[in-house]
Amino acid sequence: MQPVVNLSPPPADEVKATTCYMCACRCGIHVHIKGGAITYIEGNRDHPVNKGVICGKGAAGIMQHFSPARLRNPLLRTGERGKGQFKEISWDEALSLASTWLGDVRRTDPKKLAFFTGRDQSQALTGWWASQFGTPNFAAHGGFCSVNMAAAGLYTMGGSFWEFGEPDWERTKYFLLFGVAEDHASNPIKIALGKLKARGVKIVSVNPVRTGYNAIADEWLGIKPGTDGLFVAALIQELFRTQRIDVESLCRYTNAAWLVVQAPGTAGDGLFARDAAGAPLVIDRRTGLPRPVPLFAARGEGGGEGRPQAPALHPHPLPAKDGENEFLPALSGDYVLADGRQATPSFALMAERYMGAEYAPERAEAETGIPAATIRRIAAELATAAFDQAIALDQPWTDWTGTRHETMTGRPVSMHAMRGVSAHSNGFHTCRLIHILQILLGSIDCPGGFRYKPPYPKSVPPAIRPMGKAGKTAPNTPLGGSPLGFPMGPEDLLIGPNGEPQRVDKAYSWEAPLAAHGLMHMVITNAATADPYPVDVLFLYMANMSWNSSMNVPAVLQHLTAKDETGAYKIPKIIYSDAYASEMVAYADLILPDTTYLERWDCISLLDRPISDPDGPADAIRQPVVKPDRNVRPFQEVLLDLGARLGLPGFVDMAGKPKYPGGYADYIVNHERAPGIGPLAGWRGTDGKSFGRGAVNPQQLERYIENGAFFATQLPPEARFFKHANKDYLEWATSVGFIGAPDPVILQLYCEPLQRFRLAAQGHGGVKPPEQHRKRIATYFDPLPFWYPAAGDAAPKEDLYPLCAITQRPMHMYHSWGSQNAWLRQITNENRLFIHHDLARKHDLKDDDWVWLTSATGRIKCQVRAMDGVNPHTVWTWNAIGKRSGTWGLDPQAPESQKSFLLNHLIPDLLPEGAGGYRYSNSDPVTGQAAWYDLKVRIEKCVGDAAREISPKFATITP
Amino acid sequence: MRGRCGAGNFAEIRDDHTMTTLPTPPTKKLGLVIDLDICVGCQACATSCKEWNSQGLTSAPLTDEDPYGDDPHGTWLNRVHTYEVGTGPAARTVHFPRSCLHCEDAPCVTVCPTGASYKRAEDGIVLVNPDTCIGCKLCSWACPYGAREYDYTDGVMKKCTLCVDRIYNENLAEVDRVPACVRACPTGARAFGDLGDPGSSVSKNVAARGGYDLMPEMGCRPTNKYLPPREKRATADPEPMPSLAEMAAGKAGLEKLFAWVDKVLS
Repeated sequence: MQPVVNLSPPPADEVKATTCYMCACRCGIHVHIKGGAITYIEGNRDHPVNKGVICGKGAAGIMQHFSPARLRNPLLRTGERGKGQFKEISWDEALSLASTWLGDVRRTDPKKLAFFTGRDQSQALTGWWASQFGTPNFAAHGGFCSVNMAAAGLYTMGGSFWEFGEPDWERTKYFLLFGVAEDHASNPIKIALGKLKARGVKIVSVNPVRTGYNAIADEWLGIKPGTDGLFVAALIQELFRTQRIDVESLCRYTNAAWLVVQAPGTAGDGLFARDAAGAPLVIDRRTGLPRPVPLFAARGEGGGEGRPQAPALHPHPLPAKDGENEFLPALSGDYVLADGRQATPSFALMAERYMGAEYAPERAEAETGIPAATIRRIAAELATAAFDQAIALDQPWTDWTGTRHETMTGRPVSMHAMRGVSAHSNGFHTCRLIHILQILLGSIDCPGGFRYKPPYPKSVPPAIRPMGKAGKTAPNTPLGGSPLGFPMGPEDLLIGPNGEPQRVDKAYSWEAPLAAHGLMHMVITNAATADPYPVDVLFLYMANMSWNSSMNVPAVLQHLTAKDETGAYKIPKIIYSDAYASEMVAYADLILPDTTYLERWDCISLLDRPISDPDGPADAIRQPVVKPDRNVRPFQEVLLDLGARLGLPGFVDMAGKPKYPGGYADYIVNHERAPGIGPLAGWRGTDGKSFGRGAVNPQQLERYIENGAFFATQLPPEARFFKHANKDYLEWATSVGFIGAPDPVILQLYCEPLQRFRLAAQGHGGVKPPEQHRKRIATYFDPLPFWYPAAGDAAPKEDLYPLCAITQRPMHMYHSWGSQNAWLRQITNENRLFIHHDLARKHDLKDDDWVWLTSATGRIKCQVRAMDGVNPHTVWTWNAIGKRSGTWGLDPQAPESQKSFLLNHLIPDLLPEGAGGYRYSNSDPVTGQAAWYDLKVRIEKCVGDAAREISPKFATITP
Repeated sequence: MRGRCGAGNFAEIRDDHTMTTLPTPPTKKLGLVIDLDICVGCQACATSCKEWNSQGLTSAPLTDEDPYGDDPHGTWLNRVHTYEVGTGPAARTVHFPRSCLHCEDAPCVTVCPTGASYKRAEDGIVLVNPDTCIGCKLCSWACPYGAREYDYTDGVMKKCTLCVDRIYNENLAEVDRVPACVRACPTGARAFGDLGDPGSSVSKNVAARGGYDLMPEMGCRPTNKYLPPREKRATADPEPMPSLAEMAAGKAGLEKLFAWVDKVLS
């Protein structure tokens, strides 16, 4: 007899839609509630990001919600920093104290507040709060994550990967994947890989380690870390050599034809030749004479006034007809300008560079470990897919000049790259090279190629400059704009009269001029050493800066606890908000406990980090699925409260009363950043029918909830491709407030802003770097991307430290949040140092043997595991498994603290002293991106009794 | 010793060594098809399964022992293993999801001394009746796939139910009446259906892709199938590129490139 099984148990009393926060991907989820408790979470089938699926992290979110590590009350430190001794206080006490500390700073010198918000998904609010407070010292975690990727893309093509764009997964015929952090589009990449393989599309992965996505690639290229740029440049050489580039699209969409002044030693050298009105010049091949690019002649740079009066620069179709207004520009040759100076099209400079011996596949083979023949074959495969398998969609469209095209032609090669290439000190130029490879193949926003996600593309770079120049911050005064932006030249830097940094993290100084996401990884070190100056309050949100989010953890812990001669902490006050008892909690003075992601309102805003699809924009909310059962408050609500207590403009009404008494939900609905533009773009207007621009709609959140906690709209078919040059798209994007004017986005192969910095370093212009920075600026601010070994001159000696050491996250974990999760830690709760079998043999190492791993900064002891799928000169481990004993609600004897380790202890925060004794941060010289993956080490077998324990071990923090 | 029952109780062993009988082979054979070509090892199937089956809707919830302690472990009905096969150029990394295969000749059923382990006549799903399971673990010894897990807290054996409380659940939308692991899988590496019906999409896919039985030599005739990794795609005959002898890089190549570009623009 078979027992009777209830086949239809009711799964839930209620199902609520919200947005996942188990990583940065932001999938839509449906949360089951039974008896008032959360019982099950599944993917939302209608959601544009995940289309119903959920990943290993997302499905374990329920245990994040029930984690014993959740903070329960506001806390005030009672013992020494780092001891974990606190007393519980009320919210009123906590907020009074915080506003007293913050108010004192704002009344005297607002930049003495450093406000850094980690893995924040509400930067549109937190950045605005910092701006209204009046401190330039704001950023989220992008500076230690993937700012190289974002900045390189925005300075090259007004977009980038992940949140700004993605491959045309449906149509691409060849996919090149460079080192990716799993959370930087988690489910969309997984969904796409499954489909690509079903369609028989070749996937090539370029990654030192063959795990995860790389395991299912058709071809795995186990590249040496930090050499991707050289690999890509060699591909470019091969495409040039074999004449396999898209000349037509270079003329039509890029600055390839723009003339670059060749006048070494003069202030104009390397800048674009321009006419009196500032319009770049190109050579008309018919006459051999220079003429201005009409677009810019009509508008002026950065302008938005009027429509272009002059004819199209790039007629279609090629070859040009003989019409008066149509001409073709030259891409090579030396020309003499009216003023007698020599000039050359930027394409010719680029071709000259990449055709050089330093970018030959043979040289790349020696550095990357990828055979020259393979590089040549990959180039041939890319070219075959792009040019011999081109596709044409039967979809007419109109370009920005008004010319109608009957079809949309696609070059179906696509690429994705992220943290693996970003987190090197040569990452900015490497990321530029990847974009340039794609541009040369003509596959920008075309069928089968890279596709922008609205609100991108934006102007190159977006027309926002960082605020907080010397003398521009003042007591009780807002900053007057965004703390973060995109400098166009030295005049946009935040520096003092002697070139000294104005931000505590030295972003936008000569040390990191294009630091578009700040340098969160340097804040503690710089503040504690008063270099460039001390702060009074360090206010952190959701970033584990005393542990796995900092380089050189032992040094950072010293900085956090360092005292001056009076016995006062050098960083006087530290406020920290987090939902969990992370390692950082013990090092703060005042703890503001946050909720879990299922207990809060949030908005995933187009003003911030969008979740759009290439076919149309999307945004989303989180709604509180359950009420907190602890004395905790959502951080954003706390920030609004503090803003009101401090009387920040925009946070109080005319009477000085809180402007958003209803908390974050009130702000999400009622805040307007510009007239008609608010945090959410959907269902605006009094009738709820407007998108993008529209009056406040009091019912907006209800509409989102009814729709499954998101809004998504689709572009009309004629506007879905060539967005950078598509009249219908550009006009629509202007109408909804994404861009200021329907200007085409000209792809910048040659990056003129970089040359402006270089000229300053050569002694030109009014804003020049101090002598000690000149060589560095002159070297790295090359307007054409180049490859140099990671860490450059500061690289440790190869014979002492022959191995590269890198980390990656397990697919089922997102930093230390994931590795504390009851279920996920059953899957992984110890890490090993993975090494190649050959290296294991060389050092006589068996699995689980103990080794010392030594860098120029420190040494750790850990256990090894040998494997095949790793670059032979590389060792690696899982990131953020290692925890400090006593934290995260785990048993002090948990394997995470007893048997697991971080590579962070080996990574320098500061590079060795250079000329003049100055120590640069361990960052990309262009953007300040943390160079986590530049780490070089040596390995030694550890024997004897000492070989049984992880080192270093840090004292247990009493829970 | 954890739990309340150890292995034991061998009373009433029958002559044919069968303690519980299998039903007449069902014509409907519900099962999973797992695509090893596209599994990236993300653990979504494992944690979704754990989550669904921790609700205690039909059977007792899956439990965890010492989940925040120094030796966290618990009961899982689905686990993903990652390992390397081979070395050198032919080597590959395999992500291998593992769960009950709902065998036709299920030794875990026939070995069961109490009849708690059974195979459903109507669809072939192998289940455990927690009310009659004595936790003797014979079934887990008998299963060559290691698919059964003993729940130390409840003292009974647990295993994949193929989400029998989802696939027929009238309280779920029809589209959601699939196992939680299938519902979750981001790459689409898991499919659910009737492998007894040659016309079903799962059966067709098994036929087309050369789906195979795991360890057929064990004679269990598993219902679940695995799809092997596809052949690695070499891009079909990339257009031959000119050789270095024909066309060099460097200065000479540069001039040729410019001449070619000029010609394209003419």
